[in-house]
Amino acid sequence: MALRVHVDPGRCQGHNRCYSIAPDLFELDDLGMSSEIGPGMVPAELAMAARRAEANCPERAVAVVDVVEEP
Amino acid sequence: MTELAGPAVPAGRHPPVSDWASDFDHTDAAWIADPYPIWDELRRRCPVAHSQRYGGTWLPVTHELVAEVAYDHDRFTSRSVVVTERRPGPDAPPAPIGVAPPITSDPPFHAIVRRMLIPAFAPKPIAALEPFTRELCRELLAATDGRSVFDAATEYAQHIPVRVIIRFLGFPQSDADLFRYFIRRVMEEVDQTPEERDEVLGSLDEYIDAQIDDHRAHPRDDLTTFLCEAEIGGEKLSQSHIRGTMVLLMIAGIDTSWSAIGASLWHLAGHAADRRRLRDEPGLMDTALEEFLRAYAPVTMARLVAKDCEFHGHQLKEGDWLLLPFPAANRDPRAFPDANRVLLDRAENRHAAFGLGRHRCLGSNLARMELRVALEEWLARYPDFELADPAAVAWSGGQIRGPRQLPIRIR
Repeated sequence: MALRVHVDPGRCQGHNRCYSIAPDLFELDDLGMSSEIGPGMVPAELAMAARRAEANCPERAVAVVDVVEEP
Repeated sequence: MTELAGPAVPAGRHPPVSDWASDFDHTDAAWIADPYPIWDELRRRCPVAHSQRYGGTWLPVTHELVAEVAYDHDRFTSRSVVVTERRPGPDAPPAPIGVAPPITSDPPFHAIVRRMLIPAFAPKPIAALEPFTRELCRELLAATDGRSVFDAATEYAQHIPVRVIIRFLGFPQSDADLFRYFIRRVMEEVDQTPEERDEVLGSLDEYIDAQIDDHRAHPRDDLTTFLCEAEIGGEKLSQSHIRGTMVLLMIAGIDTSWSAIGASLWHLAGHAADRRRLRDEPGLMDTALEEFLRAYAPVTMARLVAKDCEFHGHQLKEGDWLLLPFPAANRDPRAFPDANRVLLDRAENRHAAFGLGRHRCLGSNLARMELRVALEEWLARYPDFELADPAAVAWSGGQIRGPRQLPIRIR
C-alpha cells in the first residue's frame, strides 16, 4: 500500500494550509489555489505531513487515499 | 496611547439583552466580555437565534450552519458585511460590486475582483514583508525596555498590522493614529445612529480619496498605485471601486490581526503551563498559532438575506441581517473535540477563523505571518509574563473581537 494526496479543485479556496504544512506535496497556482504535485504520490517520510494537510484543510478539499501499488 | 484612539469599548447604547435566543446583541456588555457561554447556550437551545435589533438579525451558532450560509450565495448576499443600524437602502451600490469589493461582492463579479488582488497576498510577497515586520516588533519591544508593566494591546499588538498595512498600501507612516481612529469608529462603534455613521464614512472616503489622488499624481511601487493602474475588461477601476477596496484593506487588515495577536498574548499571560511549553518547545509554534486562531478567532462576518426563504425552520425575510460567527463555529464541540480547551498541539484543526468558501480571507497569509512574528519576537524578549490586572483587560465590541486594553506585567 502507498499513499496518494489529492486536492478537490471544486472545494479548494486557497487557504494555503496544505502548502504550508507540506510544500513538497502541494503547489499553488497564480490564484493561490492548491493542487497535488504530479500524481500526488506520497513518499513514506511525508506520510505524516500528508495526513496533517488533510486534517487541517478548512474546506475539506484535501484527501489522502491508500492506493494499491502495481505489482 | 493616543487621544484619537479614544475609549476602547463602545458606549453600549442598547438596552441589556433579556434573552439570548430571541433578543441577542453583539454590542451587549456580556457578549463583549465573554461570548463563548452564550454561544454554548444557543447551540443547545436553537441553534439559530433571532433578534429584532438592527431591524431584524439572525445568528446561527454551529459549524455546520455557519458553513451552510458561507457556501450559499443565492439566499445570502455579501452586499453589506457589517451589521449596523444603517441597512443599505435601495440606492446603495448593488449586490454584484458593493461598497468595498470584493468582500461586499457576490458571484460572478466577486471572482473577477478577487483574482486581481490575490497575487499580492500570495506566500512569496508576504514573506518579503517579514523582515520589516520583525524589525518593527523588535522596535516596539525595545521601546518597553525597563518597564515592568505596559499595555500589550495598545503599545505592541495594535501597531504591528497598522504599520504593515500602511506600508503595503503606500500611505504615510505618520497617519498611523488616524488609521486607528477610523477603524474604531467604523468597526467597533456599530451602534451609532445612521447620521453619525454617514459622517464617519464620509470623512474616511475623503481621506482615502486624497491618498488615491496623490498616488495618481506620483505613482510608486505599492498596492494603491497597482489599483489605480489595474484594469478589468480593458477599463480602469472606478474611483469608488478603488476607494472601497482600500477601505476594505485598511479595515479588514488591521483590527483583525491586532485582535489575534492580542488574544494570543492574553492566553499566554493567563496560562503559565502553555507559556512555558511554547518557550521550551518552539517547534509547537505552527500548531499553537492555529489553535489560537481557532479558539480566539476575531472575525464574525455578516450577510443580508437575499430573498424570503426558509432556514432550518425559520422564515427569513429579504433584507434581514444574518451574523456569521466563525468564532462560534470554531467552538462547536461537534466539529472540535474539547472545543473550549486550548490545545497547543491540536493535530486536527480545520478551523474557520479566516472564513469558509469564496470569501476566504484574502489576507490570511499576511495575518499568519504577522501573528507568528509578533509571538516569536515577544517570547524571545519576554519569555515570562502575566496579566498585570485581569479586571483591566477590555475586549472590543462588534464583529471583531480582541483585547483593546491588555496590561501585562513582565516577570
